[in-house]
Amino acid sequence: MSNNQGKSNRKLIGILIAGAVGMFGFGFALVPLYDVLCEQLGINGKTQNSASTYKPFTIDESRTITIEFMAQIQSDMPWEFKPEVKRMRVHPGELVRTHFKAKNLSLKDTIGQAIPSVSPGQGAAYFNKTECFCFNQQRLMAKESAELPLIFFVDPDLPDSITTLTLSYTLYNITDRGYVGSVE
Amino acid sequence: MKRVWYIFLALLFTPYVLAAEMPLNMTKGVTDISGQVYNLHMTILYICCAIGVVVFGVMIYSMINHRKSKGAIAANFHESTKVEIAWTIAPFIILIIMAIPATKTLIAMEDPSDADITIKITGSQWKWHYSYFDQDIEFYSLLSTPRAQIEGTEEKGENYLLEVDKPLVLPINKKVRFLMTSEDVIHSWWVPAFAVKKDANPGFINEAWTRIDIPGTYRGQCAELCGKDHGFMPIVVEALSQADFDIWVAEQKNQASTAAAEAEASLSKSLSMDELMAQGEQVYMSRCAACHQPNGMGLPGVFPPMKGSPITTGPLMDHLEIVINGKAGTAMQAFGKQLTAQEIATVITYERNAWDNNTGDMIQAADVSQHGQ
Amino acid sequence: MNTLTREAEPNMEIGQVEAASDHQDEHQQHPSGIKRWLFTTNHKDIGTLYLWFSFIMFLTGGAMAMVIRAELFQPGLQLIEPNFFNQMTTIHGLIMVFGAVMPAFTGLANWLIPMMIGAPDMALPRMNNWSFWILPFAFTILLSSLFMEGGGPNFGWTFYAPLSTTYSPDSTALFVFSIHIMGISSIMGAINVIVTIVNMRAPGMTWMKLPLFVWTWLITAFLLIAVMPVLAGVVTMVLTDKYFGTSFFDAAGGGDPVMFQHIFWFFGHPEVYIMILPSFGIISAIVPTFSRKRLFGYASMVYATSSIAILSFLVWAHHMFTTGMPVFAELFFMYCTMLIAVPTGVKVFNWIATMWRGSLTFETPMLFAIAFIILFTIGGFSGIMLAITPADFQYHDTYFVVAHFHYVLVTGAIFSIMAAAYYWLPKWTGNMYDERLGKIHFWCSVISVNVLFFPMHFLGLAGMPRRIPDYAVQFADVNQIVSIGGFAFGLSQFIFLALVIKCIRGGEKAAAKPWEGAEGLEWTLPSPAPYHSFTTPPEIK
Repeated sequence: MSNNQGKSNRKLIGILIAGAVGMFGFGFALVPLYDVLCEQLGINGKTQNSASTYKPFTIDESRTITIEFMAQIQSDMPWEFKPEVKRMRVHPGELVRTHFKAKNLSLKDTIGQAIPSVSPGQGAAYFNKTECFCFNQQRLMAKESAELPLIFFVDPDLPDSITTLTLSYTLYNITDRGYVGSVE
Repeated sequence: MKRVWYIFLALLFTPYVLAAEMPLNMTKGVTDISGQVYNLHMTILYICCAIGVVVFGVMIYSMINHRKSKGAIAANFHESTKVEIAWTIAPFIILIIMAIPATKTLIAMEDPSDADITIKITGSQWKWHYSYFDQDIEFYSLLSTPRAQIEGTEEKGENYLLEVDKPLVLPINKKVRFLMTSEDVIHSWWVPAFAVKKDANPGFINEAWTRIDIPGTYRGQCAELCGKDHGFMPIVVEALSQADFDIWVAEQKNQASTAAAEAEASLSKSLSMDELMAQGEQVYMSRCAACHQPNGMGLPGVFPPMKGSPITTGPLMDHLEIVINGKAGTAMQAFGKQLTAQEIATVITYERNAWDNNTGDMIQAADVSQHGQ
Repeated sequence: MNTLTREAEPNMEIGQVEAASDHQDEHQQHPSGIKRWLFTTNHKDIGTLYLWFSFIMFLTGGAMAMVIRAELFQPGLQLIEPNFFNQMTTIHGLIMVFGAVMPAFTGLANWLIPMMIGAPDMALPRMNNWSFWILPFAFTILLSSLFMEGGGPNFGWTFYAPLSTTYSPDSTALFVFSIHIMGISSIMGAINVIVTIVNMRAPGMTWMKLPLFVWTWLITAFLLIAVMPVLAGVVTMVLTDKYFGTSFFDAAGGGDPVMFQHIFWFFGHPEVYIMILPSFGIISAIVPTFSRKRLFGYASMVYATSSIAILSFLVWAHHMFTTGMPVFAELFFMYCTMLIAVPTGVKVFNWIATMWRGSLTFETPMLFAIAFIILFTIGGFSGIMLAITPADFQYHDTYFVVAHFHYVLVTGAIFSIMAAAYYWLPKWTGNMYDERLGKIHFWCSVISVNVLFFPMHFLGLAGMPRRIPDYAVQFADVNQIVSIGGFAFGLSQFIFLALVIKCIRGGEKAAAKPWEGAEGLEWTLPSPAPYHSFTTPPEIK
């Protein structure tokens, strides 16, 4: 093997290894990329997990949006958890207050984390929460119950094709997990 | 050579003629959408078959007529821009022809708006839970095929593995919206007759819808690998006329209040050891045996044994706690929400006394209720 | 081991083969016996190791398929319990993909690329040794997890989270580790291939003169470098999710299980082409040889291969239509997927045009190549059907999909590897294989494989989900037929084993160019090929 070729080999190997390492990094870069795409395109119906500020909109009285609330308790979670109202009709731009009811049925203190999901996914970006129990972990002592507040408004820019937004909260038992806040 | 081909073809096709009782094609289903999907499937199948006949026809012609043994001498051509462009564009056009109806059907399928009735479907290892959004009805739906049939000690029934204890009941001619989610891993709710297959993802909701034309019983299965008993969580839907559906809803309300009264009554009732054990065994076999196994030995490294375990032979409080509230981060579900106090009492009694555990403990419904079911 | 030793031994006289069991190496600089194989940096030795390894893995994965088919022979649970069934399907898939098909292609690349481009050896011989020798460890780790308490991986070869994280057995760390090793091996192999092709071509071997096998492997190697690290990334995320408290795929911590599928299939779909592009190269070598006619449309073959490779990055989500994507995304992935039919069609048309007005003979390699074209095309048709999103809702995760990818991978990839083995065996061993036995192997395989996989289409359409250990009674008859086909196909492969061993041990001596119509540099070397392929660069016409 000539010296020249050795040199050219090394250069090519360097480029290829850099490519492989870069693609390994790209795999991880897909994680935030996916989140951004989901937010922009409403792929998975995730909502933002920090409070949005409510600017007084002109409330669009001509449109009525049906909001449905759903509670889902994961199988290892010993709580009772349900919405105060299952269904309400709101105007876009209106600031609405409601709450979910939770009760710890077990004899142990338990920490729960509610994960919101909106369907249809494209509507998620227009569903804004100024206050939500899902922003924080919820801790309930044994047999304790609580009212978990939710204040939200629907962005008046919501596409006309969407007339119903379903908001589901999935309640996870994170007592034994080392999460500090949510991942983001 | 020819004979080999005939034998080959015969081997390939006769079995299907014999297996006449099994439908060999996609079902047309009982909804407008499933009919569209069926037509789409058949159209594409025919197009593919036609292309196949032409392409393979040319190839077989060449194989028969251009053999060296027949004195064929190889021609010299090896490219032709015209031909190559033609057979790049032709498939393109065919694909566009396929894409148009597919797009139309897809857009129709993905529009769950203006539904008449909403049902939340929750998958969990390994059962379905249905909750009627406006009717206040909710229940679990479990495989009802007896273990003896699965193990082959009993003859298999007509609907082997496709039968449940409590089917989902839906009205016909109504737009039914499904909201899917999961309690643990990903499941997929599939009823071929409706052409509905949608994943149930933990932490997220998915939507699908159907409008059933014909009353009847329709069966499906979970279509996403969800662990050990993925093959044992069927779906059964009973489609009723609106009148029958209303009767059914009323019945459910009655049953719910009767059940509540019974549960109330059971709290003050004391069952004998024999009664507890007999009922407990039934509950154990239907709810616990899938993981912990009928012999209580569990699956080493996957599901812990019941026999001689520190839970079943240790303090009663721990045993109640784990059965009622589950164990976080594992497949052990909180059964407090799935079973009545009496069922829990019997199954715990059974677990504490079966398989030589013999603790002698007797648990009554009231004990369970005290624990805070 | 003896048969291994003999196969690649270059200057051995046929008559001496029987006496060579305690053989003496004629090349003093090469150690003999086990050391030769452990320390070898020779592309032919390493190619041989890869090929035998892949055949052993093919039989291992095949044995698991036999267990699966035996359990599915009739409804009910007879032989194994569901958790073990899931381990069988998982490891069958992993072994066949990473242990059988991919190493077989790497083995062929090792053997053939230097000979085809007029090089003495691969560019990076020591790395070549490493990339092979870490593979047996990877698979030992994977297989040993079966014997752990809790069993091996049971979440399908696609290891969807959270089944592979929160709900997976303790052996998951071993699974992750073995995938990492396999990935590193593949990446090293790919780097070697690229450097060899870019830097080691004989003078005058310009890009558009490269044999298509070299072209397709070059593109495959780039795909490998692009996506194997993504696989490594996604298994690492599974590892940290399971053991270190991260939540990439856990909604409770802000993750999304569907994201796993996106990242996995971003790897997974190009991976599918990694397993089929080299096949296209093989078929493009064999069809012209036995048609005695130049390959039709060489340039369009190269462009078609490249466009398939590029499109493969844009179609991953067609594996996930049921996960609940927005309509526009479903449409985008449906259209892109359908588009792949165009370059694939071009290839099939080109092969047929090559046969057209040729002077055909039907030796075993050609038989396998023709079976490849027909059966792979059938797999392509079912692929188009699966691309149609509304119809996919009915096909997804049923036996229709199982039928589809087995047509593409067994009668596609595996058949092309068989064809390649028959085609180049004379060059590798210096002996002609037993043509009669080869034909028997072909007919047994091609009939049984269709009895095995064709009826699966009907099972899927009739509504049988995949990955279930037990099924409803109406599927019983067809499953029985499928199982019988499966056993027959499995047994047929022993004919191939016997044939290869027979061919290594002796037989009619092969000429340098045993096939009348063959073209390419490898046929200018004597048979068996000398230890170093081209010590002086050949002249390229």
